[in-house]
Amino acid sequence: MTGPLLEVTDLRTQFHTDEGVVRAVDGVSFDIGRGETVCLVGESGSGKSVTSESITKLIPIPPGEIAGGSIRFDGMELTDLPESDLRDLRGSRIAHVFQNPQETLNPVYRVGRQIAETIRIHEDVGKEAARKRAVDLLDRVGIPDAAERVDDYPHEMSGGMKQRVVIAMALAGRPDLLIADEPTTALDVTIQAQILRLLNDLQAEFDMAILFVTHDLGVVAEVADRVVVMYAGRVMERADVYDLFENPGHPYTQALLACLPGRGDATTAIGGSLPSPTNPPDGCRFHPRCPHAIPDCKSGDQPPLHPVPDPDAVATGAGNPAGTGAGGPPGEPVRAAGPYDDTDGAEEGGWDEVREATVSGHVASCIYYRQGYDATTVRHDDAAADGGSTDQGASGAAGDEEGGGS
Amino acid sequence: MSRDPLVEVENLEKHYPITEGLLKKQVGTVRAVDGVSFDIGRGETVGLVGESGCGKSTAATSMLRLEEPTGGTVRFDGEDITEYDDAALKRFRRRAQMIFQDPSSSFDPRMSIGESVAEPLRIHGLNDRTRRRAVVEDLLERVGLSASDADRYPHEFSGGQKQRVAVARALSVNPDFILADEPVSALDVSIQADVLSLLDDVQSEFGLSFLLISHDMGVVRQVCDRVNVMYLGEIVESGPTEEVFGNPQHPYTKALLSSIPRPDPRKRGRGIELTGDVPDPSNPPDGCRFHTRCPAVIPPEGLAVAQETWRSLLDLRSRAARGDLDPGALADAADEPSPTPALVREAFDLPDPLPDGEAEATLAAALETAADGDVAAAGERLVEAFPTPCARQAPERRRVSPDHEATCHLHDPDLAPDHGDAYGIGVAEND
Repeated sequence: MTGPLLEVTDLRTQFHTDEGVVRAVDGVSFDIGRGETVCLVGESGSGKSVTSESITKLIPIPPGEIAGGSIRFDGMELTDLPESDLRDLRGSRIAHVFQNPQETLNPVYRVGRQIAETIRIHEDVGKEAARKRAVDLLDRVGIPDAAERVDDYPHEMSGGMKQRVVIAMALAGRPDLLIADEPTTALDVTIQAQILRLLNDLQAEFDMAILFVTHDLGVVAEVADRVVVMYAGRVMERADVYDLFENPGHPYTQALLACLPGRGDATTAIGGSLPSPTNPPDGCRFHPRCPHAIPDCKSGDQPPLHPVPDPDAVATGAGNPAGTGAGGPPGEPVRAAGPYDDTDGAEEGGWDEVREATVSGHVASCIYYRQGYDATTVRHDDAAADGGSTDQGASGAAGDEEGGGS
Repeated sequence: MSRDPLVEVENLEKHYPITEGLLKKQVGTVRAVDGVSFDIGRGETVGLVGESGCGKSTAATSMLRLEEPTGGTVRFDGEDITEYDDAALKRFRRRAQMIFQDPSSSFDPRMSIGESVAEPLRIHGLNDRTRRRAVVEDLLERVGLSASDADRYPHEFSGGQKQRVAVARALSVNPDFILADEPVSALDVSIQADVLSLLDDVQSEFGLSFLLISHDMGVVRQVCDRVNVMYLGEIVESGPTEEVFGNPQHPYTKALLSSIPRPDPRKRGRGIELTGDVPDPSNPPDGCRFHTRCPAVIPPEGLAVAQETWRSLLDLRSRAARGDLDPGALADAADEPSPTPALVREAFDLPDPLPDGEAEATLAAALETAADGDVAAAGERLVEAFPTPCARQAPERRRVSPDHEATCHLHDPDLAPDHGDAYGIGVAEND
């Protein structure tokens, strides 16, 4: 089986509320290769958690509803899978780790019993064997004296240890895909570093793909192969992790990076606040806060994902028509949607074309990358300068990327 | 010191009793804050950082006497506030205000924003309703909201806006000092920067002193003039922000700084990893409280093994000495009929044999004893054979450079002449 492990195309998840329909996820597309780590990053309210929970339908239905799009996991379409099949899938092939380990574990059962229970749900093994496996798993996730701690109650453990237990539970079914939703946000930095390292080791050992949901760009830089930046239910930018940090294409990504402490001028905040979820603005959803917004940004739909040219324009022989990098001659404004339009064209053909069009699959939903606009307006000069080198590293990301496109 | 600090905290202590049973017999003490000293100059922003459970918030609440400290003094503008009676304390509270972490839970949902901001004014005796209203409207505009927001309710505001209102409320009584406990950690990054720059503006406009408590080193670095690093109820390092961050002189500060994920994918995985969790504050380790996790812990003289091996050896030593080692359970886990020294060695990642012959002999003998079931004797043996000053005596606070202090044995020329060099930690100059 070639192709990506998980392929999310034009996913739309909405919630029916008293104030109207909240389109929490509104046309999101991305994919994850086997053994790859993809980060979904965004502020609270951007729809990143809802996206991750839509995959195995963990969202409450109703009021929630997956209103459109497709989620293909290893060739299987998940959106119309019956609940019983989904239940088999959850925990065995797709496992979740959540932010707060305290709430994930049952306080009245010993942790070993909870892990053994998970094992026995998915496999036909005896109690003794399951307990034995539980000890092995606890040992594997780095709990000292696993043989003793297996009989602890959750309250006898620290936050970091509880998160290790939750990870052990997630590993019990040997999943192909681990969905980790802010797994380190509730932990201290020193413990966070331990957990990130653990996830990295486990990924290599179990050959798992990880969908990592986080708001913390520092964590993204630490773990990601590829990154999907979300804002108000839409994908703003999708890129290889190096491209994202060294050559951010979308003004929103640039603004997020600029307000990180210790990088750029840390006091630059993004003015304004997230748009109303029930009544998002026309045009690009970021335009009310965007420093580069022009009238064209304020009407119509969210711009489609356009390829972002490489600042050095070396790596691209594959045709890169839009906004040819630094100072391409401004042609005539072309208003029609180009072929790189995956939010409007839900069919997969358009999506694949985008991926092939750019070597690194770096795309941004910004009008400036459309033909006829001057992309230099939104280029982040500083980032391009300190980025410098163009080698994509030896990470598996680039390889998966190319393989996935065919 | 030449400057005249607004707040001087000296040996502040807050111990909580652990009680048991109907008669509340005291069975132990949680030393949440255990002898903390620092000062805050006029118009200065001082940071207090540390991991959760290190006592930073308790230090804050007890220095304002929101909780009664169990020891130490806090001098505010020259007066000892721990001596204050209720009336004096109320007057003091007008001069020292607090901003809390969660803006949603620090407002009464049934009070309008205007009423909430005016509440401190009412408490402190401004009974004229129209004047209160005028003050509130002025304050809301100063923090970047509009005067008409006074009639709206907390749920109508976003987290960042609520935190602005909290700043307005703290300013309402015109204080000299504001204590902000994790003021931005509940907010998104893009909003954090906003609120931090508001605090900065407010400080220069009103000439306030700030104590900022945070677990986020990035935030502290951005706004603080000086910083104190706390670990398990004690301050381990203090100094000007740029010096502490640029040239950390305590292994804990170093580890803490290097654990922060850097937003640069080309520098991933370069952090110093700290093993284990923060120890229990009701039973803190002897000697230096950080020695149980310290990567730079000082080895016994003449021990010829790598630092990581020494770290593992010390882990084994501490566990055995505490009686917290169960070779039987290790045997069960490995499906062995009876505990063996090799299993213990493996559990602690100790090489077999150790490169140091003498140490190897002691270790082998101790492991044999432990496998035979006498863990206590094994512990004693190890403690005797592998002494370290870090576990024996508490380090003193030493000056590293003018105004930069660290509490670590690596700065003691008698104990560890060169050991700190490998960690970029220099021996203190005599002063």
